[in-house]
This record gives sequence, structure tokens and C-alpha cells, in this order.
Amino acid sequence: MLPREYRTISSISGPLMMVEKTQDVRYDELVEITLSNGEKRRGRVLEIESDRALVQVFEGTSGIENEDTKVRFVGKVLTLPVSKDMLGRVFNGRGEPIDGGAPLIAEQNLDINGMPMNPFSRDFPSEFIQTGISTIDGLNPMVRGQKLPIFSASGLPHNRMAAQIARQATVISGHEDFAVVFAAMGITFEEASFFMEDFRKTGALQRTVLYINLADDPAIERISTPRIALTAAEYLAFECNMHVVVILTDLTNYCEALREISAARKEVPGRRGYPGYLYTDLATMYERAGRLKGKSGSITQIPILTMPEDDKTHPIPDLTGYITEGQIILSRSLHRQGIYPPVDVMPSLSRLKDKGIGRDKTREDHADLMNQLFAAYARGKEAKELAVILGEGALSDEDKAFAKFSTVFEDKYVRQGEYENRTIKETLELGWNLLTMIPVKELKRIRDAYIEKYLQPLLKAKAEKGDE
Amino acid sequence: MPEKKEIKGVIERISGSLVVATGMTGASMQDVVHIGELGLVGEILEVNGDKASIQVYEETSGLMPGEPVVSTGEPLSVELGPGIIEQFYDGIQRPLELIEKAAKSHYISRGISVPALDRNKKWAFEPKVKPGDEVGVGDILGTVQETVVVEHRIMVPYGVKGKVERIEKGEHTIEDVIAVIDDNGTKHEVRMLQRWPVRRPRPVKTRLAPNVPMTTGQRVVDAFFPVALGGTACVPGPFGSGKTVIQHQFAKWAQAQIVVYVGCGERGNEMTDVLLEFPELDDPQTGQPLMKRTTLIANTSNMPVAAREASVYTAITLAEYYRDMGYSVALMADSTSRWAEALREMSGRLEEMPGEEGYPAYLGTRLASFYERAGRCIVMGKEGREGSITVIGAVSPPGGDLSEPVTQNTLRVTKVFWGLDANLAYQRHFPAINWLSSYSLYTDRLDAYWDEKFDDQWSGLRVEAMGLLEQESQLNEIVRLVGIDALSRDERMVMETAKSLREDFLHQNAFHEIDTYASMDKQFKMLKTIVNFHHAGLDALRKGAPMNKLFNLPVREQIARMRYLEEKDIGQIDKLDDTIKEQVNALIPVGGDTNAA
Repeated sequence: MLPREYRTISSISGPLMMVEKTQDVRYDELVEITLSNGEKRRGRVLEIESDRALVQVFEGTSGIENEDTKVRFVGKVLTLPVSKDMLGRVFNGRGEPIDGGAPLIAEQNLDINGMPMNPFSRDFPSEFIQTGISTIDGLNPMVRGQKLPIFSASGLPHNRMAAQIARQATVISGHEDFAVVFAAMGITFEEASFFMEDFRKTGALQRTVLYINLADDPAIERISTPRIALTAAEYLAFECNMHVVVILTDLTNYCEALREISAARKEVPGRRGYPGYLYTDLATMYERAGRLKGKSGSITQIPILTMPEDDKTHPIPDLTGYITEGQIILSRSLHRQGIYPPVDVMPSLSRLKDKGIGRDKTREDHADLMNQLFAAYARGKEAKELAVILGEGALSDEDKAFAKFSTVFEDKYVRQGEYENRTIKETLELGWNLLTMIPVKELKRIRDAYIEKYLQPLLKAKAEKGDE
Repeated sequence: MPEKKEIKGVIERISGSLVVATGMTGASMQDVVHIGELGLVGEILEVNGDKASIQVYEETSGLMPGEPVVSTGEPLSVELGPGIIEQFYDGIQRPLELIEKAAKSHYISRGISVPALDRNKKWAFEPKVKPGDEVGVGDILGTVQETVVVEHRIMVPYGVKGKVERIEKGEHTIEDVIAVIDDNGTKHEVRMLQRWPVRRPRPVKTRLAPNVPMTTGQRVVDAFFPVALGGTACVPGPFGSGKTVIQHQFAKWAQAQIVVYVGCGERGNEMTDVLLEFPELDDPQTGQPLMKRTTLIANTSNMPVAAREASVYTAITLAEYYRDMGYSVALMADSTSRWAEALREMSGRLEEMPGEEGYPAYLGTRLASFYERAGRCIVMGKEGREGSITVIGAVSPPGGDLSEPVTQNTLRVTKVFWGLDANLAYQRHFPAINWLSSYSLYTDRLDAYWDEKFDDQWSGLRVEAMGLLEQESQLNEIVRLVGIDALSRDERMVMETAKSLREDFLHQNAFHEIDTYASMDKQFKMLKTIVNFHHAGLDALRKGAPMNKLFNLPVREQIARMRYLEEKDIGQIDKLDDTIKEQVNALIPVGGDTNAA
């Protein structure tokens, strides 16, 4: 069947336009629009009512008029050409190369919306990913196939942290193929060039695919950018058997774009003007992370979002938290103290942490050590708060030790260099070293055998040093 | 049966999961229809002239106006019969394993039609009636061993009564006729496979008061905020507060014979976790894997939203079927908020006038009629069997704000409220059920039950422990202002005991192999020991015992370790009483002054 062409646009409003007298138009179909000046744009069918089709234009509707603009219904949904050559390339938010290289020769064309994974066919994520960042590896370990967002706020260094993870992420079992798919939605040119430069400089680019939608690109394009990136990731993971880390930044811009379309459609809004289906919409992206039975590849997602007004209960972080498997929260107060990466240890959480650590995965003592560090840091912070009210003198000797521990913990454990790639062993050793500051009898969360094996030698060395 | 005229219309409008079809004259509300060339499954939500609004249970992309819509003339129903247990279904009772086979893919593709129950498998049918017996609705015709622990009882279907004419012992598929019942000349053929529309509650004979507890092995729940068999409970909490872990714990350890777990709009990996874990875990009551009494329904958040709406009805209908056999069934729904959101989405597409926060005005009635299907009752059938459905629904309030409509409407109909607290979760105190804000309206009825079992001591202990925790929260205010030294010696003891209650009793580690489950005997003994120490300590303090020494007695270490005692060793807890007396008394100075406090 020949694609049909119409010049029957009846109304244009925001990113939407209504096409009349259509025939055989399919829901969700891809639409090609040719403006009177020859410019081509794309869109998709949002709603059909007998012979009228509501079309969402990806590049925005400016310049479209209702006389000469031609609308063609392509007869298929939006697909993305994929091949292994995507690695090392830079694309725009619609999936077209912008690095000046040759166009991609497609191995396959895939529907960008993907399909829901059958929960029966999933394999449970259980292999540790080393990011080289102590607060993640040591305290909130990430596993292959997990979706672990970073909740940040404006002015915090989430981009540097994302770049660091993209550079350093690796699986410790070693020699498997690892790739990073990076999707930027509505970030500034400056930020985008930071990522590109950084990846280029450090050589990470060859294993990275970048999709970049800039702040001045049409907002509507952002709706498809993450889906395009995830389609590429699915291809690399489940067809090419690679371990793929997908970094999506910034989800807040994505949700704004979604709200814009919803408002243009005059839908009944949910909280704060966001559409009622925001949860479902976000879930269709986040749930594309995971592992499949019988496939060696995996998709791990690190979505980054900036919390408006640092408010965790805002719909975007809130709904994200309900879908993802934990969250890494950045703290403005640590950032003010000049600590990078400013990971707020207490409210951060990796729900799958217990599945990826322990003997044969990281090390036998990892879980105990992690719980002890959490507990000690919490107690230290509490003691410090108390000292503020009642004065240092009110603290018991133990509490003083904990208070001191928490300060050193932030300085040595949380703080690390932007190019400092700590192995999990280094992170664990660092944890043990810090615990030497606390009386042994207070270490209730660690099995005696591990104290004997890992802590006693350190204490002995410390004592000898003290003697000299 | 009268020949039904096929109702066939065409698609007029498509908007997300909503399709409007014309030419549907004669179609009834809630009938299931097949849409388009692919034959997607949908349900009629609204009829207006010859137009019908249909919610589609599958992804609608690619549909176009003019494609056919065919009504099946039947409401959305589930298949009932042996083979439900151990299954893993989607929201409209399609086995996910068969979907994988039919789709030959790890993804759920559309238009797949697979039977809910295996048509070829043969089950050994053991008759319980003989030809000539008079039977009525709900009477048991015979049984089938469905799994090692579940005896499936085949009942006389609704609308059938009369004299058993024939009954077939032996190996049968679910479609074989296993009995013929003669109702004054009308012959009814009965098969193991029966159907029931999901939105209609299955009738019962009489409903009973919920005065028997359903223990869950979770101390904070069983001791302080218990739920009764046939009761309803809700667990609201912000993300990361451990809702899902609690639901999993209930599914694992609740004292129910059948567990129906519905993952409604939740994470795919979580369902996989259940699916991989349950066959490995043993049920403390039967010693068999938990999966042998469990059926799972999953409509993860990325699966079509309309099927999410159906999934809770599918689940409760399956639960009712097993209740009718005379079982106690526990139904866990995680999360009802996602179900309400699905309602909201469909309502929005139907362009209905929205109520609060965009939810439809009928949200409250829908929630209420769902929870009303719980209950303990005498089911149909002449034996007077007793069955129950206990419903535990998780609620995910946005931003942890309990004033939102789903939580509020749920609180109006459920009798137990386990309020999860983000602050407790940050302190890694799990289960993060806040003991000050939670409540259970069953405590009075259930106290009577436990008092009988534990020599009239139970309710007294519970009230005293709760009072101590309440006092602690008040004393904490003072401590925050002027420091702990401002408290009297008695008050220090209260603080110390409350801490012990929190850390040694309420806190429970779901991932520890022993601590994860505590029997009522163990809970009683633990609580009694902690309160005993309080009494002994208070007495000793008044007689002049030094406070620091009292709080650091070696026996306190033993109290802290009670939770790690295996069920067979809990007798050791009783011995702690003597140890407490001995150690505490040793601290009282000779000739201790009773007024030293």
C-alpha cells in the first residue's frame, strides 16, 4: 500500500496538530511532515477518531501551516536502526548521527517503544558492578540489571559523577564486553560538551553511544530520546551480549516535556500538573532494565534527575523511587563542605545490594562491614547533633569516638577524586581502616571471625606504629 | 442454550488503552470483546447508543479505525479448576510461562491467547458422593490432589442441584465430564473446569465475626497490631520503607492455607524474586515449599495499564474459589495505589468528571467493594465448611502523604493500619511499622483468644508494653530539651525497657534465617521476659541498686539474643526469669532502702 499524503491539517496547538479526512491511519503510527520550505519533520499518531488523527510533532510545530504542509502516514511505528557500529558514535535526540561520521548501516530496525519483558523470562540481577566510587560500591552496591537513580538537585555535581561512573564502571569478573549508552535530555551545550570531551579524553568513548538532546532542541523530542537510547541498549545487551549501563540525564526535563504534551491535549492533570499516567510512563522506561534468562547481556540503568527545590516528595523523584530499585541521593550540605561525590549515605539505598555481594561476588565480610559502617556513621552523626545542643562534654567516650569517626568517614571514605578509581578491595580496606577508630566491643554488627581476620592485623599495625 | 447473535462493530476512536467502537448495539456492560485483526482482549466500560467504550488489556499501537470489534457476549471471567496453585499469571489469568512459549520471546507480544488451565493434564479424581445422592450448590463432589499440600475440592457449580446420576472416578482432564446431576429430568454435566465472572463476588451462606487471629510470625504485627482471619489490613508507606518486604514476609509466613499474591503495577524484578525464592523456602506449617500453596499474579508497571485494573479482581476471585472449598486464604495486593491509578487513567480517557486529585468519584466505592469481598464465612454446601479471605493491601501514597485519596478511602474500609515510617527505615529499623501511629481494630476480639491460650496474661502484657513505648515518646521530648540526666530513676528504667522493646522485640530481621519468623509462643515468652526485667529492674532501682550496673547486666545480652533462638529451644527463654531475678537481686545493697528512688 502506498503511503498516503494529506494536506488537511485543521488545527495546530502546542506540539500537536489535527489532520482531517484521513483513512486507514494506525494508532501510534509514524508520520512524516514536509513543510512548504521543504523541511522534513516527524511525528506520531496520538489519537484517532474516525477520520481525524491527532499527531504529535517531535521537532515542534513552529513553521507548520495548514495549507501547504504535507503529512504522510508511513504505516509503521517509529523504529531505530541499530548495529554494533553505534559504539563510539554521537547521535541527536532523534537518533541521527551528529558527529560528522557516516550514516549507520542498520543490522536491524527496532520499535523504539520496546515490549514489556515477561516477568517469567527475567533472570534475577545478582552480579556486582564496580563503579570505583566507595559510597556506591561499599555501601549501596549496584548489580547488573538494576535500575538505580541518582537524585540530585540543581548546582550539585551529578554530571561529573555520571561521567565518572560511565568511565569506571566494570564487572569484576573481568573480560566481558561492557558498554555505556548515554542519553541526555534537555541539557545545555556546555554540559553536553563536557561529557563528550571527557569521554573522548579518557578513551571511554569507544565503548559509549551518546544520544544528545540539547536544551534548545525541541522539548517534544525528549519524549523519544530515552526510548531510543534504551532500544539501542537492548540491542547491545540481548543481541550482542554486552553488559550495558544506560545513563539517562536529566529525567526532570523529560517529565516537563511530558507535562507539556498532556497540557496541550487538555488532559485531567494529576499532582502538580503532571499527567495521571506519569507513573506508568516512567515505568515503561525504567522497567526496560534487567536481565533475561538464557542471555548473558544485561541492562543496568542509572537515571539522573534533579529534584525541584531539593524536594524528594515532588512527583518526579517520588514516582521514580517507587519504580526503581533504590536511589542514590546527593547532599547539598556535603557539597558545601567541598566533599565530592556528595553522596548522602543515610537515605541512599540499593534494594538489590544483598544479592550482589558476599563470598565469590565481592568478599565475605562485605555485608557485615557495610552494616557496621552505616550504623557507626548514623551514631556518629547523632552524637554530633547532641554535642551541638549540650556541648562536647556531654558525650560519653564512645560517642566521642563515633563523632570523630563520622567526620573522618566523610573526609576519607565519602570524599574521593574525580579520577580516583577505587577497586572494591580498596574500598573494603578503607572501611576496615576507619573502623580502627572505634572500640572493638562496639562493633556489634560484624561477626567475630571477620574482626579477627580483617581488623586485628590493622589494630596490631596501628599499635606498633604508635609504639615507635 | 439459545443461540446468541454475534455482535460485531468497528473501531471508531483509539486513544491509548481506550477504544470506542460503533455498531455495538446489544452489547452489554463489562462484556469481553476482541479487537482488531490481532484479536486484542478488551472489556466494555460504557455503552452509549450503538457506541461502546472499551478498555483494552493489551498495547493498542497499530490499530486503526474500521477494524472489527467482536463481542464474546460474556463478562470477564476466570477459569477455575485444578492447576491454579503454583501458577504465575498475568492480570487476566494468562500463564506467563505459556505466553513465553507461545510468543517464542522474552517479551510479551500481543494477541496471544493461551488457556489459563492446562487442558491436557490428567488429574486423579476421587469421588466423595455416590450415584443417587442429593447434592446442591457448593457440595463437594470429589477431590483432586492439586499439590502435595493442597487438596482441590470439586464443588457443584452455581445453579445446579439434583440427584447424582453418574460420577467418574479416575484420571480425567479438566474438560472431561466427571459427574452428571439429574435435576428432575434436566441433566447437568459437571466438569472440573468451571468459570466465574471476576467482578461478581461468589456467594456464601453466612458471614462470621473475625475473632480468630491470622498469625504472621512478625512480632510487631502479631503482638501489637494483629489481623484476624477474614480481616482487612493496609500498609501505606513512602518508597524505601519496606512495603514489599513486609508483603513478602506475610506471603511467606502468614498462617493461611492458600496464598494469592498479586503484584499490581510493581517492579518486574520483584516478581522474579518471588518466583525464584518461593519454591526454595519451606512453609513452617507443612514443611513443603511455599510455592505449593501459592499462586502469583503479576501485572508489572510496564505491562498494559488496563490489565492492571483487572488483576486485583482476578486475584480475589481465585481467592474466593479456594475459600469456597473451605480454606483460609490470604491475599496480598502490592500495590492498590497502582490499581487506583489505572482507574484514574481510564476515567480520564473516558472524559469523566474527576474527583479529588483526578481520581474518579467512584474510587471509594470500588475500593470498598473490593475489600468487602474479604471475610470469614460459612461457605455454600451442606457440610457447613468454614473458609476465609484475609486481604492485605499495600498503598503507595505519593510523597508519603497519607491524606491523599487512595489512602484515605482505604483507611475507611480496612480495619488494620500498619503505618510505615521513613525515619525508622533510615535508621534501618525493620519492619518500619510505626508503633505509635498504627492501629488494629481486632485487638479486643483477639485478646480474648490469646488470653485463653496464655493463662490470661496476654492482654495485660500487650497493654503494658504499648504503654511503655507511649511513655518513651513523651519522655523523649524532655530528653531532647534538657538531656537524659533530667529524668528520674524510674523514668530511666522506662526508657531502657522501651529501648529493649524496640531493639529486641519490634525490630525483626527478615533476612535472618531464624529471626524472620517467630511463633506466638516465642513472642509471648519474649515479651514476658522483657516486661519481667522491667519489673525486677524498677524494684531494684527503688531499693537502691546502681543504675549503670543494672543496665549493663549480662542477662541483658541474653535478652537481646532471644530472637535468635530456634523454635525448638524457646524453652530457654523461661529460664531467663530466674537469671534476671538472681542478677538483679545481687545488685540490691544489703538492707536496701525501699525509698531510695
